[in-house]
Amino acid sequence: MAIEIKNLNHIYGKDTIFEQYALKNINLTIEDGEFIGLIGHTGSGKSTLTQHLNGLLKASDGDILYNGENIYKEGYSLKDLRSKVGLVFQYPEHQLFEVDVFSDVCFGPKNLGLLPSEVEERAKEALEMVGLDENFYKQSPFELSGGQKRRVAIAGVLAMKPEVLILDEPTAGLDPRGRDDILGLVEKLHKEQGITIILVSHSMEDVAKYVSRLVVMNQGEKMFDGTPKEVFRHYKELEKIGLAAPQITYVVQALRARGIMVSEDVTTVEEARDEILKLWKR
Amino acid sequence: MLRDITLGQYYPVDSVLHRMDPRTKLFGTMAYIVSLFIADHLLAYVAATIFLVIAIRMSKVPVKFMVRGLKSVVVLLLISVSFNLFLTPGTPIFKIGFIQMTWEGVEFAAFMAIRLIYLVLGSTILTLTTTPNQLTDGLEKSLGFLGKVGVPVHEVSMMMSIALRFIPILIEETDKIMKAQMARGADFESGNLIQKAKAMVPLLVPLFISAFRRATDLAMAMEARCYRGGDGRTKMKPLRYEARDRMAYAFYLGYFVVIIAIKVLL
Repeated sequence: MAIEIKNLNHIYGKDTIFEQYALKNINLTIEDGEFIGLIGHTGSGKSTLTQHLNGLLKASDGDILYNGENIYKEGYSLKDLRSKVGLVFQYPEHQLFEVDVFSDVCFGPKNLGLLPSEVEERAKEALEMVGLDENFYKQSPFELSGGQKRRVAIAGVLAMKPEVLILDEPTAGLDPRGRDDILGLVEKLHKEQGITIILVSHSMEDVAKYVSRLVVMNQGEKMFDGTPKEVFRHYKELEKIGLAAPQITYVVQALRARGIMVSEDVTTVEEARDEILKLWKR
Repeated sequence: MLRDITLGQYYPVDSVLHRMDPRTKLFGTMAYIVSLFIADHLLAYVAATIFLVIAIRMSKVPVKFMVRGLKSVVVLLLISVSFNLFLTPGTPIFKIGFIQMTWEGVEFAAFMAIRLIYLVLGSTILTLTTTPNQLTDGLEKSLGFLGKVGVPVHEVSMMMSIALRFIPILIEETDKIMKAQMARGADFESGNLIQKAKAMVPLLVPLFISAFRRATDLAMAMEARCYRGGDGRTKMKPLRYEARDRMAYAFYLGYFVVIIAIKVLL
């Protein structure tokens, strides 16, 4: 097992009138090689939860085990943890600061204390993974387009060779094309590099196609945890907390209401097409 | 970590003091500070204490929260108290080498400490009960007469309120960028001074860029809503004195009469 979260609580502004429960008794186990979608409305605690996973925030109560070791144990190196659990923040392009793309990607591995030759090797690999070729190396990161900047920022985390990659709303503010590019890239990383992925989002539509497991958060608590199929069956409850199942779920439900018994397990447009065609031919 | 900074923090409860006109509170705070410097008799300090207790009670802000503001002046307080204790000439209590403590020094230091603490508490009440925007509104209106001699009062107060408004945003932004760089293995804590200064580059560059981006966005948004400076601009909630403000002024007057009477008569 990669990450185990046990009875995690987090309170912001403890002992002031601004005190607020951000996370309430979260229990979650994330296995190696999983592709998880972490879904929740704004303020549901999903970003707070991700920042616990690499030790940026310390829990008010509860434990986190990484590969069986408690990260709150005395002497546990959070720096090591952060190199293994890579976290890409929301709008990661806002963290770029170097004069050119290549040096910015080098920042992470350099902080790990690697040899200069290996630092460069890793930066090249990372930039290749996100699909930026040598023409970009010497460009200023501030001259790139929004989507390209985001790729550079993701490369900056990938260069640390994380075993787990957490992406907080990686598609925020991108156009549909940029969104598909980034999500395609994440899928490729999962398949080819075998990295465990946690994709944070508020849009079911975005993640339904890619993830094998969905965790739904609401007001600091874990609400659902299961395969997309299982979670989407609760589409009415999801609506109540301001989320929606993918549109295709509504189409399927509407068809079923009219007596056309399309399988409820359909989660993507392609699956729905095949199902409907199958029924049609019968 | 950075969330804990309490800079002119507003405490959101509903009280008479919160609803009072910011000008009344500004004037009251200034009058109170002046009175503390006039006061040099025990009775005057009793009056000042009563004033403070009434104000704290009326503000409905927990005392615990107020005292927290004193932490920032502890060092200053210690220095001034020890200077007064040991450097005031008079009847000595004891003497070690050239260091001597005098009765006059003890008395002086005690008054000094009370004065400083009251001063901080007094101004803390102002910032705890008044939002930064109300405060600059009050300043703008009270200093409006300076406009006649060519001081751009409105522009200055607008700059002040924008600056105040952006403090929490920039603090939050700093926190976020710090975390993002720490996730990439940055280390802001260890190392010597030069290493620490170097470690700030990955924090400061993105912070500056974002500050400029926010500034241009804000300027654009203001222009889109036809902001052209203070001339002819009306307010949705113009400041107007109410009965409670008049009562407050009457109270200030009474308080000041007492302070001056003590000063002159005793």
